[in-house]
Amino acid sequence: MDMIAVDGLEKHYDEVTALAGVSFAVHEGEVFGLLGPNGAGKSTTVRILCTLTTPDAGIATVAGHDVLRLPADVRRSIGYVPQESGVDTYGTGRENLTLQGRVQGLGGARLRRRVDELLEQVGIADAADRVVKGYSGGMKRRLDIALGLVHSPQVLFLDEPTTGLDPEARAAMWEEVGALATRETLTILLTTHYLEEADQLADRLAIVSQGKIVVEGTPEDLKRTLSGEAVSVELVAGTDGDPVTVVLGLSDVHEAQLEGRHLRTRVESGARAIPGILSALEGAGIGVEAVTTHRPSLDDVYLHYTGREFAADEEAA
Amino acid sequence: MKAVRHTWYMILRQGRNLMREPIWIALLLIQPIIWLVLYGQLFKRVVHLGGFGTASYVTFLAPAIVIMNAFFGGTWSGMGMIFDLERKVVERFLATPASRLSLVLSQIVRAALTSGVQALVILVIALALGVHVHEGALGWLVVLVAAMVVTMPFAALSQGIALLTRREATMIAVANFIGLPLLFLSSTLLATSQMPHWMQVATRFNPLNWGVIAAREAVLPGTDWASIGVHMLYLLALTVVMTAFATWTFRAYQRTL
Repeated sequence: MDMIAVDGLEKHYDEVTALAGVSFAVHEGEVFGLLGPNGAGKSTTVRILCTLTTPDAGIATVAGHDVLRLPADVRRSIGYVPQESGVDTYGTGRENLTLQGRVQGLGGARLRRRVDELLEQVGIADAADRVVKGYSGGMKRRLDIALGLVHSPQVLFLDEPTTGLDPEARAAMWEEVGALATRETLTILLTTHYLEEADQLADRLAIVSQGKIVVEGTPEDLKRTLSGEAVSVELVAGTDGDPVTVVLGLSDVHEAQLEGRHLRTRVESGARAIPGILSALEGAGIGVEAVTTHRPSLDDVYLHYTGREFAADEEAA
Repeated sequence: MKAVRHTWYMILRQGRNLMREPIWIALLLIQPIIWLVLYGQLFKRVVHLGGFGTASYVTFLAPAIVIMNAFFGGTWSGMGMIFDLERKVVERFLATPASRLSLVLSQIVRAALTSGVQALVILVIALALGVHVHEGALGWLVVLVAAMVVTMPFAALSQGIALLTRREATMIAVANFIGLPLLFLSSTLLATSQMPHWMQVATRFNPLNWGVIAAREAVLPGTDWASIGVHMLYLLALTVVMTAFATWTFRAYQRTL
């Protein structure tokens, strides 16, 4: 069964189109990643699925419940970990969890046990009775996740779980999510603008750009669709000429794109293609500063499907 | 039933948070005492003008200070909502089965309960200052209830403004804008008969004054129970209207998400 089924979601805010027809499905027990730069529509999608907002068009079901017709059933089935922590910073970790459990319909000794268990599981048991104001960013984030899990939901939504965390806390969070993912009953939808994060955590992912899903698949599949290797050439600043046309004239260059003075190409074999690329550029009077070659990364996938570099979209957003 | 249960959980959370800020408790208790002592001294001789129903200004003043304090508590209660909105606490609850009504209602009831506790403290101090409550224990009860009942419509209004503006600065401006004019257009500090005619007329439409009348009737001799009942009813009716407004603004807020 599909735990999340989304078909043709649209959402407009005044003049801005946040979602322009988003469709995807997430299977039970899977970790599904929505990858894209800020403002691509990931959070809007999650907010619709969590019943915080309604779509202008399209259908979405979560755990079998229609988000528009049965929002109360959806809310009982999901845990939502928002991008900005929603913890009450004046309460302790335990108090936050207890209240969350109560509004989810738990109570008594069962709730107390569940709270203890979660505090232990996310590793903040020692700080359980301290006010959250004194927590570190990573601790607060782990409490956020515990809040989303208190009623043992079927689906967990993690909106940008590691944004704003230092590398160490991020690594810890990845481990945490990885551990959750091994449970077959829990389905996780994760949004991120970190390529490595999607690569590392998601079983399948969809790349979102400008309110649309541009491609969907496992990280491996997506990388495999780009045959061969990527060769990146950094050009000398201020050189004239059209490097794209120059390298596309070579038989072993499949694809070439220019971003600033960064020329990205896809070739069968880097080692064989580089001499040709370099001499062709030199012949056209275009100076080269550096050349690198690598297996296609998600960055290349992103570039391939959106025609733009991920980092450039990040800055624009 | 769920709404009532959830409202109670939310009140417990807010009350606990308040307890964690001892400076707030201190301010909440000391402020009305300052009002009572300062104004009590400053305007001591004003009773000679007549129309106060008592020769002791502090007796005239004490029930009104209780109400004034409750009124301010109500008008400022939206700050709690803004705090929760800014920290996305409200949003987190919206993705759970938490009762929507409880998120607004708890703030209003919490403000009313706080007013009740403060009213008790002010009354005890008033007693020490020599204030005699004419109706005795029943009179005390009326003042406490009046304090809570006057808090609610203003708290609901404040919640509505918080949900519409979602900004601390705007909230402060609005609270100040309605606070002082309503205070001076009431018989809190001065007997109505000593006011210019147009102000006397204005006091009749001032909900703060309804509370002052109800509380004062129970403290001064010659208690008019019908007046207490009518003014309490006015306040309750206004509470219903304002709570409807606050609920409407909550839906409007949800639509902006």
